[in-house]
Amino acid sequence: MSNSHEISGRREFCFTVNGERKTVPAYPMERLLDVLRHQLRLTGTKEGCGEGECGSCAVLMDGILVNSCLVPLLQAQNANILTIEGLAGAGLHNLQQAFLHCGGTQCGICTPGMILAALYLLKKNPFPTIEDIREGLSGSLCRCTGYMQIFEAVEEAARRQTSDEV
Amino acid sequence: MNNSSIVGISVPRKEGQDKVTGRAQYIDDIVLPGMWYGATVRSTIPRGRIKQITFGAEVAWDDYVIVSAKDIPGKNCIALIAEDQPCLAENCINHPEEPILLLAHADRHALAKAVNAISIEYDPSPAVLTLEESERCCDIIWGSDNTFKTYVIQKGDIDSAWAKAAYIVEGEYRTGAQEQLYIENNGMIAWFDPEHGITVWGSLQCPYYVHKALMTLCQLPAERVRVVQVETGGAFGGKEDYPSMIAGHAALLAIKTRKAVKIIYDRLEDMAATSKRHPSRTRHRTAVSKDGKILGGTIDFTIDGGAYTTLSPVVLSRGAIHAGGPYYWPSVRITAKALATNAPPHGAFRGFGAPQSLFAMERHMDRIAQIIGASPIVVRQRNFLKPGQTTITEQAVREPIDLEKLLDRALELSSYQSRKESFAEENESGEIKKGIGVAAFLHGAGFTGSGERYLGSVVGVEACADGAVRVLVSSTEFGQGTKTALSQVAAETLGLGYEDVDVAPADTMEVPNSGPTVASRTVMVVGSLVCSAALGIRHALRQSGWLGDSYSPEEFRAACRNYVAAHGALRSWSRYEAPPDIFWDDEKHRGEAYAAFAWAVYIASVRVDLTTYTVSVDDFVALQEVGRVLHPVLAAGQITGGVAQGIGLSLYEKVIWQNGRMQNSQMTNYIMPTSLDVPPIRVFFEELGNVHGAFGAKGIGELPIDGPAPAIANAVADALGAPCDCVPLLAEDIFDILTTRVATADRSGSPSR
Repeated sequence: MSNSHEISGRREFCFTVNGERKTVPAYPMERLLDVLRHQLRLTGTKEGCGEGECGSCAVLMDGILVNSCLVPLLQAQNANILTIEGLAGAGLHNLQQAFLHCGGTQCGICTPGMILAALYLLKKNPFPTIEDIREGLSGSLCRCTGYMQIFEAVEEAARRQTSDEV
Repeated sequence: MNNSSIVGISVPRKEGQDKVTGRAQYIDDIVLPGMWYGATVRSTIPRGRIKQITFGAEVAWDDYVIVSAKDIPGKNCIALIAEDQPCLAENCINHPEEPILLLAHADRHALAKAVNAISIEYDPSPAVLTLEESERCCDIIWGSDNTFKTYVIQKGDIDSAWAKAAYIVEGEYRTGAQEQLYIENNGMIAWFDPEHGITVWGSLQCPYYVHKALMTLCQLPAERVRVVQVETGGAFGGKEDYPSMIAGHAALLAIKTRKAVKIIYDRLEDMAATSKRHPSRTRHRTAVSKDGKILGGTIDFTIDGGAYTTLSPVVLSRGAIHAGGPYYWPSVRITAKALATNAPPHGAFRGFGAPQSLFAMERHMDRIAQIIGASPIVVRQRNFLKPGQTTITEQAVREPIDLEKLLDRALELSSYQSRKESFAEENESGEIKKGIGVAAFLHGAGFTGSGERYLGSVVGVEACADGAVRVLVSSTEFGQGTKTALSQVAAETLGLGYEDVDVAPADTMEVPNSGPTVASRTVMVVGSLVCSAALGIRHALRQSGWLGDSYSPEEFRAACRNYVAAHGALRSWSRYEAPPDIFWDDEKHRGEAYAAFAWAVYIASVRVDLTTYTVSVDDFVALQEVGRVLHPVLAAGQITGGVAQGIGLSLYEKVIWQNGRMQNSQMTNYIMPTSLDVPPIRVFFEELGNVHGAFGAKGIGELPIDGPAPAIANAVADALGAPCDCVPLLAEDIFDILTTRVATADRSGSPSR
């Protein structure tokens, strides 16, 4: 872990996480990932590599899929962030149901990032081809499934969705 | 009784909801009050002695707790098979990244600076870095001859095979190290209390391995060591033995700080320091008849064990037993050796030696076909094991397996013949060369030989006060579906609903030792014990009069509630007992090696781009016989996942070594397959019925990693018309193969050069 967050002093940052306004004292260069996990205890966002390769820490920031290990908190000022904890409403989201049904989750460590990557894909492209799905998930690594059942889950969620659900 | 079948149905994964909502708690998600954080100071040289350790003045060392070998209360070793691996190096260094000191601090951000402020001066010795250097014994780094273990398996009269041979076919095949690359890095939390002893929570496969190691290291009796597995983010063998090391480190820090201490590796440390798949070299020399029958041969199978014994003897054994593939050998002599080098110890990875020796066997079958001028299909057909014949350990095949039928079906599913023809035509021009390759193989389920008898696994089933049934096992869930499959087995046995059964947390205070979660043994071996323990519960409920001969699930739940209210806890235990007629000679490796084998034929279609020298897999057919499929979705997920890892082993995942140290210990430069790199992986099952295992299920977890590397290498060789005898095959390797072929052709064409 680097000490780069110490570059300048702590100050307060404001942003919205899963619909809730948050104010946290933090260093500007602190990773969004660490603030989510350690300060806000939103541990559904996982760290796999710490260098933006695996996608386990993916969240949506102002509707854009980002790897939160690469986002200094400075960039998240006033942003609207969605983590896996904010996805389910009264019941599971379509994608969560489809991942369960199709076997899209095994060990589960990539699952939060993978589901958010799928959500981002379906937002941009509600009727993805298998090539679109492969491309859309290519920033999220899964070592368990060989991806086949994840593709099936995204296809199933796309079939089930109505435009207002995504 | 409830007739609805649960086995064979894809019920929802027990812990699935927690995983898709982010609620599942992995080790790094857990924070204990007042917890400190630990880090490891490691060696930077492969071999030598520590001369001096200097603590830099820039760090306020009083704020840290420092642990060295001197702080170890018990024996300084990681107890597993041999006790040669220290928990912390004292004087001698035997590999890079060997742990020397441990640091703890209240602030996790304060650790990196402190680790960097410690400088260690060494007196280096010459290091042994390759199998060949180890064999030469110029430097002895382990025992008297750098050899952890040798096995010789001998069957029949090889001398007469050479005499009868129309062809003698030789080949040498190699596989590289492979990182398990679970996406969750290793981690542990330890807590010590003089009264209760040590408690460790962690990401791990085998709670009782860690338990044993901690008893030895901390010199504590069994009841004062408690190991709890928490949600584990992938393992693949990589969390079989190394977690004992990390648990030991966390425990030592907890004892000295009197705080809970968490150690979480980052990706660099995890990849550089923990175990990988053993690199291997296999040499075949085979006597073949005119019509392509194997008459006999020798197989020399050698693996690089790294610096300490760890699991190498067991990996070697499984690799050796699988070295003859699914073929009938009238005679054979297999010489298998695990050698020491000054690299971090290699360890368990899905397949456990079998992917290495099967890669060699299946490449060699294609070589035999080429040399005798037959098709790879025909050569396999002529040599397939048949029921009644014996394997290389002289185990009679009792299962009604028909490998020819399996092969025929795989050929049809992959359109083998038509592809072969169209590829030949397409390859005549252009920069894209296409090929198709086959691998036929087997994988033994459960521990080898007498292993299950020695383990003597115990399983419990408990009737709970609320009427539910709990399975008590140390078998762990790390993605493969242990909790789900064992719940299915118990529910089906008792005629209950799936939701009436759950699996207790893998906590050594709560569950008996059902053995390690390895070797494709959970469903087959542990599942059978769950059946019998579950039947014990039903028997007890009936004996006590709370349950009638026929019952509904609700009546069963009521019986459990009434029993517990009247008599207290109801638990039923079942211990593994080896069937009486099983013969196994550990020394000679002769007899019944496995209670059952899974069988498979995999076919890969590839394209090689001669502009970029890259290979991509266009189609992959995975057909297998694994007995009864208990859960179709989980089973298919095991196969596709194993195949993807096998594609990584074949085409992407290359560990770059320098002085015994991994140079590319990052996901940026050690490349695993992404969603763009995998072909459609088409999974098919044959179910022949099997007497072993719970409801006829055999092992499934490891089988799928055995086949992809040889199928893909055979396909690439088919595309290029050049042998591909080493994996991985990265672009630079394809380039080397093609330029070597050109050079060889040039030399043979013009002798003057």
